Amino acid sequence: MYFMTAEQIIFLIVSGATLASALMVVTVRNLVHAALWLVATLFGVAVIFAILNAGFIAVVQVVVYIGAIAILFIFAVMLTRKDLRDNVPQLNKNWWAGALVAAATFAGLVFLLQSWSAISKTAEVLPDKFDAVGLLGEALISPDAYVLPFEVASVLLLAAMVGAVYVAFSRK
Amino acid sequence: MIPLSWYLILSAALFSIGLFGALSRRNAVAILLGVELMLNAVNINLVAFWRYGDYTSMAGQVFAIIVFAVAAAEVSVGLALVISVYRRRNTVVADELDMLKW
Repeated sequence: MYFMTAEQIIFLIVSGATLASALMVVTVRNLVHAALWLVATLFGVAVIFAILNAGFIAVVQVVVYIGAIAILFIFAVMLTRKDLRDNVPQLNKNWWAGALVAAATFAGLVFLLQSWSAISKTAEVLPDKFDAVGLLGEALISPDAYVLPFEVASVLLLAAMVGAVYVAFSRK
Repeated sequence: MIPLSWYLILSAALFSIGLFGALSRRNAVAILLGVELMLNAVNINLVAFWRYGDYTSMAGQVFAIIVFAVAAAEVSVGLALVISVYRRRNTVVADELDMLKW
């Protein structure tokens, strides 16, 4: 007889809720509701990160994704409000082809995964006093590790910010 | 313990849902919502491989942070473009934005 552990039950509940709200994001008619379902999905993913012992990533997910990106989406939806009319179809006329491609992608990925030998690997227990945040901080600023990609990412953010202001600025 | 496959299948499902949204929605903002779902699926994979592989090397988490930065850049430029297009063409339906088509 196979009993699931509490961790597995929590994982199944959270991932079910995450996938259900992701489906609502892509199918719901009202875009403000879609953005709010996106918040639910992102929160579910944050819980998945917490289950994976990546507490810092979970917090960044909540602060950056929910606090900034999802709110930006809600602002954009409200600024382009005219196309929220409820009587137009929200899916284009080739939506069945998109569904087919998505289903084929999922089937292909699952087929690839089940032929991989390390797929049912379980995680090693983290040692006591394992300082993931400290190691992450050192990895981000150490010249032997990832300081260059980190700096490139910050230049990218700056360039994106300047570009976004330039593109969205209205010249009167 | 949760086997690695559960995370990978969750991530594949989330990616496929996002792909469907990006391919099938008419509204440009909704297409960006689909892209966000796909980026989150990638992040689940990265963090799961960090936890199940060599957790003393922080590569998975570092890449997840960089994906966060790229997602923020993508969404800010994307939404600025959508707002700018809406101001000029008065529409955000992707089918109607065919100025480059001839």
